[in-house]
Amino acid sequence: MAERRGRILIGAGTCGLAAGAGAVWAAAERALTDLGLPDTPVIGVGCIGYCQEEPLLDVELDGQRFTYRRVKPDQVKRIIEKHLAGGQPVTELLLGECVDAPNPYPTLPFYAPQNRVATRNCGFIDPTSLSDYEARGGYMALRNALAKPPHDIVEAVKASGLRGRGGAGFPTGRKWELAAKSPGPHKFLICNADEGDPGAFMDRSILEGDPHAVIEGMVIGAYAIGADEGYIYCRAEYPLALERLRDAIEQARQKGYLGNNILGTAHSFHLHLKEGAGAFVCGEETALMASIEGRRGMPRPRPPYPAQAGLFALPSNINNVETLAAIAPIIRNGADWYAAMGTAGSKGTKVFALTGQVNRTGLAEVPMGISIREIVYDIGGGIPNDRELKAVQIGGPSGGCLPASLLDLPVDYESLQREGAIMGSGGMVVVDETTCMVDFARFFMAFCARESCGKCTPCREGTTRMLEILTRICDGNGTMADLDRLERLAGNVKITSLCGLGQSAPNPVLSSLKHFRHEFEAHIRDRRCPAGVCKNLISYRIEADKCTGCVLCARNCPVEAITGEKRKAHVIDPEICIKCGACFDVCKFDAVIRG
Amino acid sequence: MEILLNGTRVAVQPGQTIMQAADSAGVHVPRLCNYPQLKPSGACRLCVVQVKGARGLVAACTTPVAEGMEIETDSPTVADARRDVLDLLVSNHPLDCFHCEACGDCALQDYAYQYGIKEGSYDGARRQVEVDDRNPFFRIDYEKCVLCGICVRMCDEVMGYGAIDFAGRGFTTLVSTPYGVSLDDSACVFCGNCVQGCPVGALVPKSQVGAARAWEMKKVRSVCPYCGVGCAIDVHVKGNRIIKIEGAESPANHTMTCVKGRFGWEFVHHEDRLLKPLVRRADAPRGAVGREWFEEATWDEALAAAAAGIARVRDGVGPDAVAGLSSAKASNEENYLFQKLLRAAVGTNNVDHCARL
Repeated sequence: MAERRGRILIGAGTCGLAAGAGAVWAAAERALTDLGLPDTPVIGVGCIGYCQEEPLLDVELDGQRFTYRRVKPDQVKRIIEKHLAGGQPVTELLLGECVDAPNPYPTLPFYAPQNRVATRNCGFIDPTSLSDYEARGGYMALRNALAKPPHDIVEAVKASGLRGRGGAGFPTGRKWELAAKSPGPHKFLICNADEGDPGAFMDRSILEGDPHAVIEGMVIGAYAIGADEGYIYCRAEYPLALERLRDAIEQARQKGYLGNNILGTAHSFHLHLKEGAGAFVCGEETALMASIEGRRGMPRPRPPYPAQAGLFALPSNINNVETLAAIAPIIRNGADWYAAMGTAGSKGTKVFALTGQVNRTGLAEVPMGISIREIVYDIGGGIPNDRELKAVQIGGPSGGCLPASLLDLPVDYESLQREGAIMGSGGMVVVDETTCMVDFARFFMAFCARESCGKCTPCREGTTRMLEILTRICDGNGTMADLDRLERLAGNVKITSLCGLGQSAPNPVLSSLKHFRHEFEAHIRDRRCPAGVCKNLISYRIEADKCTGCVLCARNCPVEAITGEKRKAHVIDPEICIKCGACFDVCKFDAVIRG
Repeated sequence: MEILLNGTRVAVQPGQTIMQAADSAGVHVPRLCNYPQLKPSGACRLCVVQVKGARGLVAACTTPVAEGMEIETDSPTVADARRDVLDLLVSNHPLDCFHCEACGDCALQDYAYQYGIKEGSYDGARRQVEVDDRNPFFRIDYEKCVLCGICVRMCDEVMGYGAIDFAGRGFTTLVSTPYGVSLDDSACVFCGNCVQGCPVGALVPKSQVGAARAWEMKKVRSVCPYCGVGCAIDVHVKGNRIIKIEGAESPANHTMTCVKGRFGWEFVHHEDRLLKPLVRRADAPRGAVGREWFEEATWDEALAAAAAGIARVRDGVGPDAVAGLSSAKASNEENYLFQKLLRAAVGTNNVDHCARL
């Protein structure tokens, strides 16, 4: 048998490792040794976005790449033996055949509508290898940029229409222009990698899977605005991302992409890595800068804006990870190329973290202006168990819930804002009929109340009061007066809070009240939770006609609240029942009724 | 530069904040966290005003004026939002004004009165923290704290000690020393400027507790009797007794004091304090101390005895056997006269001054 040239790729981002990629990796190394192929490279790549199907193991052979899904360690040897050594794919374990391009798997519904710009290399390169990054055109944009005057770079980013991907959507080019105008000589460029929205993980994925993309974007940005020093502020909860960044910064420094006289030019840029300490509010730019300075991470009022007086009171510019990762392709392919994607006001692509009650979860980078329906149904494959989609929560704790009636809304900054949601960092949680919107709003409010920094009154006190009212409603103790008070308080917290956290914390409540007011009213007026979630408002009973007396429910009841003889109808004692729903879930005859 | 303040054209200086412009125009915007000597922090949000074209409301204390800016300081939206912010503060504040030391001198009480808030309308959790009276000078009542941060900024920006900062997050935020140690064990020097800055009853001098209501005290402007800086102070007295001392505005101290000026006045009412001159009895043995060896005298008798004693040494042993040590508590003029006395009347240059107290 002729020896084949191939290699093994393993999805080894945090998501992959959590799904068991570590054991798969070890099994692959073992199998290669056992099969006498110890020289075959095994590469841990970053997340390719299809988190649902992890652990992913790819066999790359003769220029073709095949992906195996949900790989178990005991399947690895067979895959390697048959496919890598024998040239025969193990078809029943395959996810699909991948083409090594920004759009992988053109035939898979999860990938077909995608257009990967910021995540172009994630899942394709060895993130620990600078030459892998360079082989795919890495640092070419930097070379191009350094040959032009800084002003041209600012103009190109302006013309591309790129807007801040961290949440606020401020035009990146305009931000750079302001920073470029501030007097030097010492300026900072900061990368905000303090991704904290529940359900958002695109920044982590980029940092883990393609750290040089962010560094290249930073060096270009620093050149454009005249910054000579930079920080990446990354949350400590991302240990793998920090490790990748630390290594990548060192590689870039050794290769002359960072440091003094970059690539022989007059441009110098020194980059530091700063670990966060676990506060959500440090994603707010003024709090972030305070934290870098060694002070308590608390926002301060603007003006002065960072471009005037930012980090250590010097002119500073802060961009998000995803924004910076899009810079190099814009410089390389031209502003027009980027601006051709998206809508009039929202250009380019955006990465969404698709989670919740949807068939295919993961990260998807799509052109702006795509409809929610396309994301949820085409990419996400719809709702499991043929349930009804109830809402899509976009933008995390600062965002809002949009109802099924808005499924055809184009996803762009303006349309989302108009309907009470925001782009935010791109979290997209799909919710079906089994989710209670009051309880859902309560979840986000609990997050904001916990993460409020405590500086300004409305956010510190108001988020807790809103949480208390929401809890009261969920517990069945709410009144219609509570609803009015909630709405008024939410409105006032929004307009009076100091920073973005407080100003947007009421969004989940306000948008839920706008689109799902009837659910709040059902909790209050009818003492009923339509989704059957709020424990105080539901009860379980067994319909005698349907019950076959299989005793499955009784056996699964953790508190022995269900009694009855075999093959005869069973009964739930409401006094003992703790409403855990175990009986409801296990009953095969739909005899347990929740009401 | 001109702005439109509540519909009236007002001339303003570029660089002024909306609050400064409103103050100059005689329009009061409510505030808790603003303090003249400190940088504005925009924390309490009571000073929110409506600016045409701005998203949401803006804090008057931190927003600079701009040409043609149209500002409403008390529109229905502003009033409703401000009342709600006040309501949130009052809802997490003990309503024990009956025996609160700050009663009558409390910004929260004043604004609640102005906005008709009898009690907080948000029931639910209350901050529950024990009073901290571990230090000798003042009491810290965390439940009354409105987290305006004046104390924190005073300690950081003005004093430069940074003994306290915010700790915890959200609803459980507190002002604290590092790891909650007693102020005695912290970087605190007990200047007490935080106490003076506190707009509510969270920081109260121990000397005031149970001693006087705000309206019973008379403020007597004086100069601190300690060092040569000459800080202006307001001595708060009830009857003929000092209740507390606060710094007053003067070029020397801009309302600040040190620990001695603010808290070191116990001697005033101390039983050992001399109220009349004493002259040593003729039969007192050499080296004897104690009050029984002295007898009360008039100033004339006492000064005559002192003059006689100095003259005896000067004439008997020589002028350089006499030395004079003066005090920084005395004024410049008094110190001038003192050295004149030593040089001209006694004839010695042996004169010095403590200058360090």
